[in-house]
Amino acid sequence: MILIGERINGMFKDIREAILNRDPEPIRYWAKRQFERCAAFLDINTGPTVDAKDQPAVMEWLVKIAQETVDLPCCLDSTNPEAIEAGLAVHKGKALINSTTADQWKMDIYLPMAAKYGAAVIGLAMNEKGVPKSAADRAALAMEIVVNADANGIPMEDLYIDPLVLPCNVGQEHGPEVLEALRQIKMLADPPPKTTMGLSNVSQRCADRHLLNRTFLVMSMAAGLDSAIVDLDDDALLDAVAAANILLNKDIYCDSFTKTFRQR
Amino acid sequence: MAVTIAKEKWTSQVSELVIGTEPNVVKVGGEAALPFLHFEGRIPHRPVVALEVWDMEPEGWPAVLTSAFEGVLNDPVAWAKKCEEYGADLICLSLLSSHPDNKNSSPAECAATAKAVAEAVNRPLIVVGSGVEAKDAEVIEAVGEALSGKNCLLGCAKPENYKTITATCLVHGHSIIASSPLDINLAKQLNILIMEMNLAADRIAIDPLVGALGYGLEYAYSIMERARIGALTGDKMLAMPVICFVGQEVWKTKEAKSTAEEAPEWGDQVRRAILWETLTATSFAQAGGAIMVMRHPESMKQFRAHIAKMMEPNVY
Repeated sequence: MILIGERINGMFKDIREAILNRDPEPIRYWAKRQFERCAAFLDINTGPTVDAKDQPAVMEWLVKIAQETVDLPCCLDSTNPEAIEAGLAVHKGKALINSTTADQWKMDIYLPMAAKYGAAVIGLAMNEKGVPKSAADRAALAMEIVVNADANGIPMEDLYIDPLVLPCNVGQEHGPEVLEALRQIKMLADPPPKTTMGLSNVSQRCADRHLLNRTFLVMSMAAGLDSAIVDLDDDALLDAVAAANILLNKDIYCDSFTKTFRQR
Repeated sequence: MAVTIAKEKWTSQVSELVIGTEPNVVKVGGEAALPFLHFEGRIPHRPVVALEVWDMEPEGWPAVLTSAFEGVLNDPVAWAKKCEEYGADLICLSLLSSHPDNKNSSPAECAATAKAVAEAVNRPLIVVGSGVEAKDAEVIEAVGEALSGKNCLLGCAKPENYKTITATCLVHGHSIIASSPLDINLAKQLNILIMEMNLAADRIAIDPLVGALGYGLEYAYSIMERARIGALTGDKMLAMPVICFVGQEVWKTKEAKSTAEEAPEWGDQVRRAILWETLTATSFAQAGGAIMVMRHPESMKQFRAHIAKMMEPNVY
């Protein structure tokens, strides 16, 4: 399971203030902490309060600090292509672009950018019409991304399709559709694209968020989820992933499985 | 028509284990691909052979085997020199005399023997006890001290005695053989326990307890295969080179021990017994075995002929 740490995001108060004051300490703290809690990527998001014109510089600053602190690739998370490219330009190793949708004009920006920088890319199974209701419509949009990625020479192992999960208190009917979409996405190509999701979205404004998150994560893993953007401070979630890795025969069992899962 | 070679992409590799001290070192492991698939990844070292030496005269060995060691079987130093003469990569000293049912030799006696053997040969040493966990802990502790700094491979550590043996390896600069009875989960757990005592991963060899051809070879084979795939896909707790005690298993089979008179339908015993040991070893090399502990010099020779062929690079 490829875990992407969600914490370096301007949505969080400490990161927002760090960006405002250009204080690298909170960035360093979360880079290190998420590294120690087995992140494979650090999600980097400037957050909504940074002006569009400042986003490239902030993205560059965040990526540099994160990668100076730990040896991890970043998941460059922005709706602003200039911010993403600014991050790519200073990034060491294989970055993950977060994200393109299935809209042709967006794919025409991000997929050549991924190819140019040798980056991986997340493709959201949605377009300007919004998030599809059914699994089949999600898979259809995923297929468009698969075809376009292939045309840009991006190997399937570098394409992460996100079937888009909605908060279960507003879009409860999407849950099973997302699970079915994961199964279908795995059949779109051989080798298949990878899959990912912004997990915490499933529990926005819900009670017992940790329980909902880890339950849906385990269900999704069984349906073909390879990766997720998660709260790595959630110990029960890490335990659940460790257990699912064993039960899905991805990791070889040993008595210390929850501990070995956390070791790098 | 052009053929596309399907290549597996691996993300990790087996750790490299170094045994002995310069200029007599043997290196094993380090593979970044499945055995002999050179086109998929680096395979830096060939599988090596350790010839077995006992610290007491063996009983019940067939003449096919004893004839190769005429006059030295009651003298571990002379026996070890003979193995060196035959060209063994390593010497594996089995301290079977320490078994309570044998001579019950003391740890000090075993240490003296190990030291004498180490001084007589220019080959890295593997030293194992008699398999009685509590006694092995005492014996290996003394042996480790006597061979301090010689970077030997000591064993066999099991859940009951790994603490003492690991501590000995840490203090005196040796590596350890971690033994588990055909159980991949236990193998992984034992490696974790040993590493939690701060012995580095590159100082562990896994002993999966192999069986001879016709006697459960396939069980060990599939465990080794699964562990290796785990290692290559990032499971660091199983990414150690594997040691296979082939000789002790093969030379107790009736196929190796029966004479041509006893089993005329099986043909010449010399050829048959040696083939049995060679085939058991080559099979385990195909499953990723790095160190073959064997008994007959001729089996070693035939095994090596096979390995030499398998180590020819096949780049596509």
